[in-house]
Amino acid sequence: MFLSIFSAVESGFIYALMALGVYLSFRILDFPDLTVDGSFVTGAAVGAISIINGVPPVLATVFAALAGFLAGTITGILNTKGKINPLLSGILMMIALYSINLRIMDKPNVALIREPTIFNDVEGFWEMLGIDAFLNGLLTNTGLDRVPGTWAILIIMIIVTIVVKLITDYFLKTEVGLALRATGDNEKMIRSFSANTDTLTIVGLGISNALVALSGALVAQYGGFADVSMGIGMIVIGLASVIIGEALFGTKSIARTTLAVIGGAVVYRIVVTLALKVEFLETGDMRLITALLVIIALVAPKIIAAQKEASRKRRKRQELANR
Amino acid sequence: MVLNLKDVSITFNEGTLDEKKALQHTNLQLEQGDFVTVIGSNGAGKSTLMNVISGSLKPDIGSVIVDDKDVTMLKEFKRSQYIGRVFQDPMAGTAPTMTIEENLAMAYARNKTRTLKSGVTKKRKALFREYLETLHLGLENRLNAKVGMLSGGERQALSLLMATFTEPNILLLDEHTAALDPSRAELITNLTGEVVEKFNLTTLMVTHNMQQALDLGNRLIMMDKGQIILEVSGEEKQALTIEKLLAEFQRIRGEQMANDRAILG
Repeated sequence: MFLSIFSAVESGFIYALMALGVYLSFRILDFPDLTVDGSFVTGAAVGAISIINGVPPVLATVFAALAGFLAGTITGILNTKGKINPLLSGILMMIALYSINLRIMDKPNVALIREPTIFNDVEGFWEMLGIDAFLNGLLTNTGLDRVPGTWAILIIMIIVTIVVKLITDYFLKTEVGLALRATGDNEKMIRSFSANTDTLTIVGLGISNALVALSGALVAQYGGFADVSMGIGMIVIGLASVIIGEALFGTKSIARTTLAVIGGAVVYRIVVTLALKVEFLETGDMRLITALLVIIALVAPKIIAAQKEASRKRRKRQELANR
Repeated sequence: MVLNLKDVSITFNEGTLDEKKALQHTNLQLEQGDFVTVIGSNGAGKSTLMNVISGSLKPDIGSVIVDDKDVTMLKEFKRSQYIGRVFQDPMAGTAPTMTIEENLAMAYARNKTRTLKSGVTKKRKALFREYLETLHLGLENRLNAKVGMLSGGERQALSLLMATFTEPNILLLDEHTAALDPSRAELITNLTGEVVEKFNLTTLMVTHNMQQALDLGNRLIMMDKGQIILEVSGEEKQALTIEKLLAEFQRIRGEQMANDRAILG
């Protein structure tokens, strides 16, 4: 049990980068960008193929992010210059990427077994630090008999995710970042303050899909393979993370919201892992569970708010009656 | 000359039953510090005139020249380096999910290149606070409030400040008090007079309120059917009354001015 939660948290932090990308397009740019299903795989494919061809894993991962950036900018160009509706631009790019991803990989599935990855690169260095022995020692003392093989992936992913979060927070407060946010908030207004909303949309979608592809490349290295269909439903998982996170952890400020999105990604993985432990649920039910989670996260806050409001009014009427 | 519209014409839906000549061979020159009020009934071409100047519409023929630069073909966002604008809808001029200071920071970058440096700095905050104090609405104490929480009047006052404090070459006011209740409209009208004078802005203001058109500015133009049919300035404008304006319209057009809103306003 502890181990499956542990690996859920691990992958939660890897997928959190994808969720941050979805947050940028969906919330900041107000652009429901379905490119994600394709660009996630593009990241995985570019990362995997680069590694197989001898590119150092870190560089391969950077290539993956660049490929995602490129995919995002094309969606942006379709939307702003081609005047194609946002949803349709994303869908077109998504199916185009399916073929492109197949071309990159040359076959539907590429295995990374016995190839170097970012994670086993780090693990070598990690073992010298002796943190695993220390943390696992603590766990054994609490009575757990089975301990994680390594803490390296989790710790590294937490650090990477937090760094990406902090950069995102800062960026969204820069002059360019403010204009980017205004593009999603009130396009007409920011255009009247000499911001090129077309360019901002294109760059914004590029950054968003760079994060998605980065996440894809890390997932491929974590799982040991890239598969052409591994991106199916990814946008919904991203949205689930954003929406669950916002509902649970709040949206008071940008910094708070990006933290909430990361939290949402982790919570999503934990919930799915726990749900799959239920006897009659199967792996194939995961998408259904995801859809239900999103629906709950969207509807529950409204019901709670409505009930609070109703009880507030009831209290007021009561006070009046008692007077 | 700050603004020079030369022989600008624009026709919508040309060749169809809905054809509309929104502007016909319009010429308009604004000198530095001119404050021109524009009146006319619905469909007279006032909004088209504004949109042609701001660049959201391109004229069929003719040219738009700002400070001796021909900007006719310049895109709207590039042109807005020179032009500040306040819209009729109080929601249109600000970003609701962003804070007051963030909105001001975006406006502050209007005539600069946007960089990857922080948009709201300590120094700018102090500056923003100073500007907000001139509105007398207490907004200087609410720098971190989301603009969506402000009332329509407060948002329009903020829009006005954002459009003006970077001292644009031209200020366009597009019926910017029309959507407000009378007391808020008066507040914004007064603020408009103050800021235009303070920054000595060259201003073009469209209004449906004739009294406002008479009270503000040193020049007045009346439009009808896509043409400027009357221009008054200086002392002549000071002596003008609503009755005289309506009579003048009747004399030129040989018909009653049809717009109730214009007469009642």
